[in-house]
Amino acid sequence: MISGTIVVASEICKGCELCIASCPQQSLGLSSSINHKGYRFAQLVQDNCTGCTNCALVCPDSAITVYREKKTAKRAPQMVIASHAA
Amino acid sequence: MNSTVNEQMEVVYHKPQTLTDTPMHYCPGCGHGVVHRVLMEVIDEMGIAERTVGVAPVGCSVFAYHYMNVDMQEAAHGRASAVATGVRRVLPDKFVFSYQGDGDLAAIGTGETIHTINRGENILMVFVNNGIYGMTGGQMAPTSLCGMVTSTSPYGRDAAQVGHPLKITEMIAQLPGAYFVARHSVHTPSAVRKLKKAFKASFEAQKEKKGTCFIEVVSNCPSGWKMTPNESNAWMEQHMFPHFPPGDIKVPASMK
Repeated sequence: MISGTIVVASEICKGCELCIASCPQQSLGLSSSINHKGYRFAQLVQDNCTGCTNCALVCPDSAITVYREKKTAKRAPQMVIASHAA
Repeated sequence: MNSTVNEQMEVVYHKPQTLTDTPMHYCPGCGHGVVHRVLMEVIDEMGIAERTVGVAPVGCSVFAYHYMNVDMQEAAHGRASAVATGVRRVLPDKFVFSYQGDGDLAAIGTGETIHTINRGENILMVFVNNGIYGMTGGQMAPTSLCGMVTSTSPYGRDAAQVGHPLKITEMIAQLPGAYFVARHSVHTPSAVRKLKKAFKASFEAQKEKKGTCFIEVVSNCPSGWKMTPNESNAWMEQHMFPHFPPGDIKVPASMK
């Protein structure tokens, strides 16, 4: 599975939890500490982020930057050998 | 967790450069932030930030000019489309958009809205509809649903007394000046992607001077509706969408 990660701007996040609901991997949760505004902020709670960007798309405060592992060079197309089957 | 960014990783999503670093004043979970970001993403991707003029409204999004790093002009309450008309006529090679809420566009600015679209001004009108006056404390708006409890309709909106929720988007779609009319939302990732496509199509149409593009975004108001952001999105799907169904309302043949 492709691995990714996110960086949440914890001082911008208002803890609305929309990203948590939109994450297909349930990777996100709220922090136990609070930021300067007094909100608990979103953070990764599991290591299974795939970098799908769903959380960043619904974030009203644009607090999430998404990273994903680079795609390796495309595999050489596999040769299809004409089968003997009729 | 200990998932850290390393050299093998690349940025796949970041905040658009045209959106400033100013923290937004919106309540947690408000749809305005997403609409701002999607609009700025499109402007970034098209590379038109230097040639775009936005018109900010009165309402929750009154400080839109703090967040959008393009030329902005504040308009009097409800008059954003009239101001945008002036900007576009004086500077016909600029991309012009107006950004309004439901109390602004559908109540005090109904006249300006209808006549701007009837003249077919080459602007994009963004209409964020959350069915309530959010900034002033959750009063009933023209788009509040029947039976909806607000601070000025504590027993629910009574259609016999104050009329039905105004479907202004369907109304203006009848006008010949309207080129592209659509209704979207921003509550799910797929809805956000669709909205982005609609904004892009609208700016493309503006380039060709086709007429007014009008995009309604059905949004939530967690504070005004007195719910958590996730509850408000669920409520929106359940109650707002039957009356304000998302989808294209008027699409020119060239866009289909």
